[in-house]
Amino acid sequence: MFNKIYDWVDERLDIAPIWRDIADHEVPEHVNPAHHFSAFVYCFGGLTFFITVIQILSGMFLTMYYVPDIVNAWESVYYLQNEVAFGQIVRGMHHWGASLVIVMMFLHTLRVFFQGAYKKPRELNWVVGVLIFFIMLALGLTGYLLPWDMKAVFATKVTLTIADSVPLIGPAIKTLIAGDPTIVGAQTLTRFFAIHVFFLPAALLGLIAAHFIMIRKQGISGPL
Amino acid sequence: MHRGKGMKFVGDSRISANGKPFIPKDYSEYPGKTEAFWPNFLLKEWLVGAVFLVGFLCLTAAHPAPLERIADPTDTAYIPLPDWYFLFLYQLLKYSYASGPYNIVGSIIIPTLAFGGLMLAPFLDRGPERRPAKRPFATSFMLLAIAGVVFLTWQSVYYHDWDKAASQGKIVEGVAIDKEAGGYKALEANTCLSCHGAELTGGAGPALIDTGHTADEIKDIAKNGTGGMPAGIFKGSDEELEALAEFLANLSAK
Repeated sequence: MFNKIYDWVDERLDIAPIWRDIADHEVPEHVNPAHHFSAFVYCFGGLTFFITVIQILSGMFLTMYYVPDIVNAWESVYYLQNEVAFGQIVRGMHHWGASLVIVMMFLHTLRVFFQGAYKKPRELNWVVGVLIFFIMLALGLTGYLLPWDMKAVFATKVTLTIADSVPLIGPAIKTLIAGDPTIVGAQTLTRFFAIHVFFLPAALLGLIAAHFIMIRKQGISGPL
Repeated sequence: MHRGKGMKFVGDSRISANGKPFIPKDYSEYPGKTEAFWPNFLLKEWLVGAVFLVGFLCLTAAHPAPLERIADPTDTAYIPLPDWYFLFLYQLLKYSYASGPYNIVGSIIIPTLAFGGLMLAPFLDRGPERRPAKRPFATSFMLLAIAGVVFLTWQSVYYHDWDKAASQGKIVEGVAIDKEAGGYKALEANTCLSCHGAELTGGAGPALIDTGHTADEIKDIAKNGTGGMPAGIFKGSDEELEALAEFLANLSAK
């Protein structure tokens, strides 16, 4: 049955080269923890991606309950946390995942840095990786406001004050992300929501795709 | 890559019939025990992921995500704190040469140099050597940066008032308060409400619901203060004090 479907699709699209590009390659000995346990340092990048997938899935479920307006945002999070079946687990995964993804990405960055794996020909992949790091930090920053509790609003006020202090373009940046030159309120919450849920994930997926395509194209760096 | 005339496609698609696939890296230059990614290595990755997921779920079950009380932007006494991975940047802004008139140093120059340097690392460290010991500058700059981040984060955590942080954001169950009671009137007359809130759910001072104090302790605090509350705020009569203490001691969310 499965074979017939595969053949039917393959006859029309020639999909064998596509999945072979993705999956059909050898994993060299020096990155395989089964051969050298110290190779576990090569797991950090994959775990970062794994947590990113968890973040996307748990975030999708959170938006089924979350309401991005200042009257209902906190109430909806409170309801999700205390009333909805497994709501506490889903929100907990998203909350702790946000921290873990930073930890894993930090370890992955250090692994690549100290192994000098960013050297020619992999310079571009390093730059894309650092951009992913920035996107992740921005996701953490915008996501922090969404529960609309005390720490969320006051941390965001601090962030906006810092953005405001940038010379020349500071006030414009602040107005862009807060929705108003002075008020931190309804508009700020909807902007942060849009940035957190649509803009940044779109940028993140594009960058991650570029990151992986470059890895497949160049292969993993050799042993030291 | 072959382009233009003579190219063959699968059907009328744009998929090349004789195009070279993505070149899987030939690892013959590092001879050793290579392993096929699909399916052997992927299965192992899957197992590592499963073990990780179990640990992760244990964490989420043991420590529910925190939620403070609903935002009240008028509460000016709240001490803000960003998420832990921004603490080092936040702490940087508290030093005299990185804040006030030098704000631009702490908010722009240092972060730009640090993150810019990180991003441009491949173009700054261009030698062929890869071992950390053979790249003394790159290695020592990175170690210095890590030490700086760890130190700033530790400073920020060390100097934050965690007790106040725990009480200032606590969700307080509101209770129906008898605002005609003598105790409430005494609170009102002695300006207690300006810090503890008209609903006694807290503000600059902590909530007065479920304090856990006895009436005598409350009398003492009202007169002599405690923590950030100065002495001598209560100026009323002894009868008022008695009513106030009884009122608060019996004020419970249950």
